[in-house]
Amino acid sequence: MEPIIRVEHLCKTFNVKGTTVDAAKDISFAIEKGDIFGIIGLSGAGKSTLVRCLNLLEQPTSGTVTVDGKSLTELSEKELRLTRRDIGMIFQHFNLLMQKSVLENVCFPMKITGVKKSEARARAMELLETVGLAEKANAYPAQLSGGQKQRVAIARVLANNPKILLCDEATSALDPQTTKSILSLLKSINETYGITIVVITHEMSVVQQICRHVAVLDNGTLAETGTVQELFHSPKTEAARKLILTGAEQIQRMSGEQLVRITFSGQSSFEPVVANLVLKYKTPVNIMFADTKDINGSAEGEMILQLPEVRETAEQMIRDLREKRLGVEVLTHYVG
Amino acid sequence: MWDNEMIMMLVEGTRDTLYMTLMATFFGYLFGLPMGIALMVTDKEGLRSHSALGQRMHAVIYKLLDVIVNIARSIPFLILLILVIPITKAIVGKSYGSTATIVPLTIAAAPFIARMVESSLKEVDRGVIEAAESMGAGMFRIIWSVLLVEARTSLLVGVTIAIGTILGYSAMAGAVGGGGLGDIAIRYGYHRYETDVMLVTIVILVLLVQILQSIGMMLSKKLDRRR
Repeated sequence: MEPIIRVEHLCKTFNVKGTTVDAAKDISFAIEKGDIFGIIGLSGAGKSTLVRCLNLLEQPTSGTVTVDGKSLTELSEKELRLTRRDIGMIFQHFNLLMQKSVLENVCFPMKITGVKKSEARARAMELLETVGLAEKANAYPAQLSGGQKQRVAIARVLANNPKILLCDEATSALDPQTTKSILSLLKSINETYGITIVVITHEMSVVQQICRHVAVLDNGTLAETGTVQELFHSPKTEAARKLILTGAEQIQRMSGEQLVRITFSGQSSFEPVVANLVLKYKTPVNIMFADTKDINGSAEGEMILQLPEVRETAEQMIRDLREKRLGVEVLTHYVG
Repeated sequence: MWDNEMIMMLVEGTRDTLYMTLMATFFGYLFGLPMGIALMVTDKEGLRSHSALGQRMHAVIYKLLDVIVNIARSIPFLILLILVIPITKAIVGKSYGSTATIVPLTIAAAPFIARMVESSLKEVDRGVIEAAESMGAGMFRIIWSVLLVEARTSLLVGVTIAIGTILGYSAMAGAVGGGGLGDIAIRYGYHRYETDVMLVTIVILVLLVQILQSIGMMLSKKLDRRR
């Protein structure tokens, strides 16, 4: 099947006061219809620029962006406006009309497409029902909390039945609890309406909660792409490793020797791996960090161990761990 | 001297001043509002055009309006008043009296209003404009449903300031037979040394500005939904 979004050799260069900044360097990837696709990177990695190229809020310097079979840069201004109706976008700061009521905000995109006012109002009420804010229809955005504002923005973006939903740091201004509820709303929208969702974030937890595929951006380049599980168990690049380890920052500070990160999924967690290592080598192994994450509904565990100073023992242990079919990464070169 | 005739004169003067001020404000916005919108839209930081041609057109329009507005704003009002007498005559038929004064007042107010409108519209959150763009809204939709609506409060404050300024200008027009309170103040206070009449006109002018200012501010606050 033809992917719904295809980005090929995308480059974007900004000219800022005489110096040029490469926000995107030769980026290529594809997103399948119905997927929830994460684009993750540290701030300044070029995520926002990239997602803004997907609806041409930002003009690529070179390369192509094909959405639903249409090459965006070749469209006329009018064709682009029509195509944009299929590509919804929600933002970190919600970007609601502050002088309009919640209901009028949700009606706004339908005003653009010329839906009759009474029909628009009825549909808007339905959508507010969907996002659980029907009773706030006549309130103004300033009276709502951040999470409620984002729900209004989601209702608004759904009004014109988009095929794609771009989320530019949509949960970054929200607290963890609200983030969770917005993410599960997005997930149910993906399941109910089959809308392809692209999630831009700097938080690995967001990607792990809802994404199926993920692209890691690093300094304007695409470091790696794959399923979220692949990234969790065996990150191939330094950039990905950094993002995954953000939950374990405290370990960076302890900066011991011989640190390894092991990952395991639900099925492989029966054997007492660490206890067995200690028994076998008669040397203590220090557990620095351990966590279990729910990734797309399956439980995935990770653990950071400090192995003994003696190099041969440590290497033996790593070999043993690898034999158990666990994801094993040596972190020593990273820490410190 | 405070006979009926004098009081009638002051009442008529007040009426004429209000007439000139409000008409000039109306016509000032008739020309200044579109100019201000055009300045905001065509500015580099304004609405984007995706074609290279559109971008070039924006740049040309902006530069043109910018120069016109700057030239018009740098001519002192008293000189402008005399300078545009031929235009005034062509439009109104005569160059003195309250109706005639509306012409130079409008010409002086429009560029100033354009600048205020431009700065009000530039206060609108960039993100909200982008949200509208991402929904496929065209330029006119964005101007009408986003810029003018979101900047409503600031625009109304601008109207209030504009009225106050035009009121001041209208008094200046009294120097060349423009009618209104300024006319009275100059005739009695300057030419006849009747300082008390001048003081009364000043009090009336101050009161007018106060009242109009209060109404404007109250309206703009009342219509602001951000609280």
